[in-house]
Amino acid sequence: MGETRKIALTVNGTRHEADVEVRLTLADFLRHTLGLTGTHLGCEHGVCGACTILLDGLTARSCLTLAVQADSCSITTVEGLAPGPDKLNPLQEAFRDNHGLQCGFCTPGMLITLTEFLRDNPNPTEQEVRIAISGNLCRCTGYQGIVAAALDAAKRLQGVTSA
Amino acid sequence: MKPPPFSYHDPRSISDAIALLGRLENAKLLAGGQSLMPMLNMRFVLPDHIIDLNRVEGLAFIREGNGALEIGAMTRQRELEFSDLVRNRCPLMREAILQVGHRQTRNRGTLGGSLCHLDPSAELVSVAAALDATVTVQGPNGTRDVAIDAFPVAYMTPAIEPNEIVTMVRFPLWPQPHGHGFVEFARRHGDFAIVSAAALLIEDGAGKITRASVTLGGMGAAPVRASAVEQALIGNRPDDKLLREICETCRKFEAVDDVHAPAAYRQQLATVMSRRALERARARLPSMATAH
Repeated sequence: MGETRKIALTVNGTRHEADVEVRLTLADFLRHTLGLTGTHLGCEHGVCGACTILLDGLTARSCLTLAVQADSCSITTVEGLAPGPDKLNPLQEAFRDNHGLQCGFCTPGMLITLTEFLRDNPNPTEQEVRIAISGNLCRCTGYQGIVAAALDAAKRLQGVTSA
Repeated sequence: MKPPPFSYHDPRSISDAIALLGRLENAKLLAGGQSLMPMLNMRFVLPDHIIDLNRVEGLAFIREGNGALEIGAMTRQRELEFSDLVRNRCPLMREAILQVGHRQTRNRGTLGGSLCHLDPSAELVSVAAALDATVTVQGPNGTRDVAIDAFPVAYMTPAIEPNEIVTMVRFPLWPQPHGHGFVEFARRHGDFAIVSAAALLIEDGAGKITRASVTLGGMGAAPVRASAVEQALIGNRPDDKLLREICETCRKFEAVDDVHAPAAYRQQLATVMSRRALERARARLPSMATAH
């Protein structure tokens, strides 16, 4: 094992401390050290978007971030989105209802990307959704259902906030 | 697809970072990580030391001074995107930044990282060329300024010594009102452009051009200024016929032949992209705003 360093960070509201190898990516830290395998790794060079997480509230590719760089940061992964073990959040429900996933490999990155996007842009156009997910590759569902899910989620979230 | 072993350093000050650069052999600076991290994962680079600039104080700022926008090297591309100062004073940069990667990469990617990585079609390098930017570099003996046209010395190689760090970029402001346009041709949104074009125009009261800047990115190792096009615009009305005629001369620029596109295709794109950028800049001139 190479050089290591002690880090402390919050993941989905839970505080973790660990000794990590300095070359360990945040993606591998989440998956292997913490066992949070919801964050997927497709390309490992920042193209596919499957490993997208929220780093202090902003999306980032966890394959392009070192675990040591997340020291003292707050991370949200796909496991942190649902309100409870048997519940989905409105975005996840919209994905289920609009056939927004098939194999599910790209889904964690899509959900995290759209979580940030719909927070910043609650009433988007279809074109804006397509640009928002342009950094997330899907190779089986096709983007149609994902775009429909995002637009449906925007409606649901606005309903939630206005209710 | 995992980074090779290295020692990790995260200095808190510019002087500490420069001291580390001077002391350590085979060290690489890590800025936003959107280019270096893929290169590490693919083991295109094998540094013994990584000097992470993310915790260095004083490298992230956007301010107006001396007739220019002065932007710190570690300013995130996201900050450029959402800055009112950039939107109001340097709209060309705002238009270009929306075509740099994706939200996820702009959240991390930095201005200085993009300039130092020096990808031949990087949008921010083209913006710097279009505005005649100056890059401030700091080393053990103080700071020095490098004009953007002297900054690229070879393919993906900036004019920075091994013990120097880019600290700031100064983008001279164009007086308002001016027209601006940044367009690019990429196969997918957010990809590096095959060819991009940036245009800036100022007109007099009679609608004749008094100042012009036209830049092509992606043709070779560094962006090129289409100075013949710029000169042909001065003193003339930028009507469709003139733009079509002068942009055709962009076909004469040398262009690289690679897996993405043959040289002739890039040269064809150069004529089209330069015209579209100029059309867009023209549409934003005050005379056009009143005409429609």
